[in-house]
Amino acid sequence: MSDSDKRTISLPVLGEVSRRTALKAGGATLGLAAFAAAVSPLAGLRGRLSAQELMQRHYKELSADDKAKIFERLENEAKERYGADVKIKDPKAIPGVRYGYAINLSVCNGNGACMEACHRENNHDRSTNQSYIRVFEMPIGTTDFKHGDSTYTHDVPREGKYYLPVQCFQCENPPCVDVCPVEATWQEEDGIVVVDYNWCIGCRYCQAACPYHARRFNWKEPQIPAEEVNPDQGYLSNRIRPAGVVEKCHFCLHRTREGRQPACLEACPTGARIFGNLLDPESEIRTVLRTKRVFVLKEELGARPTLFYFFD
Amino acid sequence: MMRGRVLIPIVVLAALLLSIGLVRFMTSAGASPRSEFLAATMSTEAVPDETPRWLVEISLPDGRPRVVTDRVDSMGRAVTVSCASCHSNFDANTARRSSDEPPMAFHQGLTFQHGNLSCVTCHNPDDYNALRLADGTRIEYRDVMLSCAQCHAPQARDYERGLHGGMTGFWDRTKGPQKRKSCIDCHDPHAPKFPSMTPTFKPLDRFLEPTGPGD
Repeated sequence: MSDSDKRTISLPVLGEVSRRTALKAGGATLGLAAFAAAVSPLAGLRGRLSAQELMQRHYKELSADDKAKIFERLENEAKERYGADVKIKDPKAIPGVRYGYAINLSVCNGNGACMEACHRENNHDRSTNQSYIRVFEMPIGTTDFKHGDSTYTHDVPREGKYYLPVQCFQCENPPCVDVCPVEATWQEEDGIVVVDYNWCIGCRYCQAACPYHARRFNWKEPQIPAEEVNPDQGYLSNRIRPAGVVEKCHFCLHRTREGRQPACLEACPTGARIFGNLLDPESEIRTVLRTKRVFVLKEELGARPTLFYFFD
Repeated sequence: MMRGRVLIPIVVLAALLLSIGLVRFMTSAGASPRSEFLAATMSTEAVPDETPRWLVEISLPDGRPRVVTDRVDSMGRAVTVSCASCHSNFDANTARRSSDEPPMAFHQGLTFQHGNLSCVTCHNPDDYNALRLADGTRIEYRDVMLSCAQCHAPQARDYERGLHGGMTGFWDRTKGPQKRKSCIDCHDPHAPKFPSMTPTFKPLDRFLEPTGPGD
């Protein structure tokens, strides 16, 4: 990298004190000052952007060469900020594969090992215990979240309750993709809805559009001790995400596109989770769809989730 | 390095062909019931596209059936004793149906809560190193899943289809192997109800516990 590349450029509206003062002194309207004050917390979100990051194009427009450079930059950043040696890869969708996931609510007992596995696998912020999964304790007889509780700490399972793990359903008709004003999120060939964390502008429209509360906004830079950083990272999946962008479950694509099971499935001590290829009639996931009583949440909305629930 | 990568699938393929051959041989020669149940789960099915698949590795119990006593060793670990070390000499109380009935004699560390079964429903009174099926057929300890499957047919069926008991490794067995547990890895055969658990991990959502500006 040349010296000119390393030079940092700060964005004009992001809380440069001198600029704000100049605006006020120049007789700017009260409205402008109020606007500057209102957006000033954003200054802390992204820090300073490098020129390369600022000029980075959309993922789909990147050549192999561009990607190599970007991945190298991200690996260096991880070393600088977290002291971790990571490897960023970009596995492609496997032709002839469309992923499906199913959760057996008859055996899920709400112990939450899936949430913790997701937390570690996907380099989530340690201070908030972030995870792409929430497990709701639900009264028997409803699937409405408003009756659910994700904060329980008592021993499980409880009489009269069932446990509903919720994560991104990788909808076939994803409402979150439709509303993104900059196409920073899209559906891949294998059905996984991904986010280019460097293209996302953090407007959070997708969060509002998702009927399942599956998306998360990074309020701050994640804190992870160097030895806990998972070095096996994908550009569109579990690399450490910057503050100020939206993220979501990606069916562990850095694992599943290599044929491995997602981290939450391997961690489940009750064997409630079934993952596989919906296009393979012999797969376990197809056997679930063929032989069990299967349902999806909020079917009437027409988003067509590919994460299913079933009872034995 | 490259040579190793090429060799592994070849070895697996060879093992697969060999096991298909073995199962055929065993069924034709009036094999033990084990081959029929476990063979179905051990990837010997015909694969239409001929792509070699990695095996499913099932953790089966090893050695002899043992019982937990009320003693602990110098490291604080529970002492276990092979059933046959006592019952080769004297008979078991075959009327016992639960550990709630006193006295438990040498089986102090054992919780026995499995329907209305007695010890010798599964243990073999003619040879305590082995088990037996309901019709009296002797089976080895490592084939314990056959014993479970006699009563728990829906679970056994789902296990065969990969829908019960979970797994680790690869969903795509053309790329790597899969590991699965046996019934008694998750269910204590003497008290098989899945135990109650304490949740150890909770995400802190901002409506639960604000931790700073913006949260």
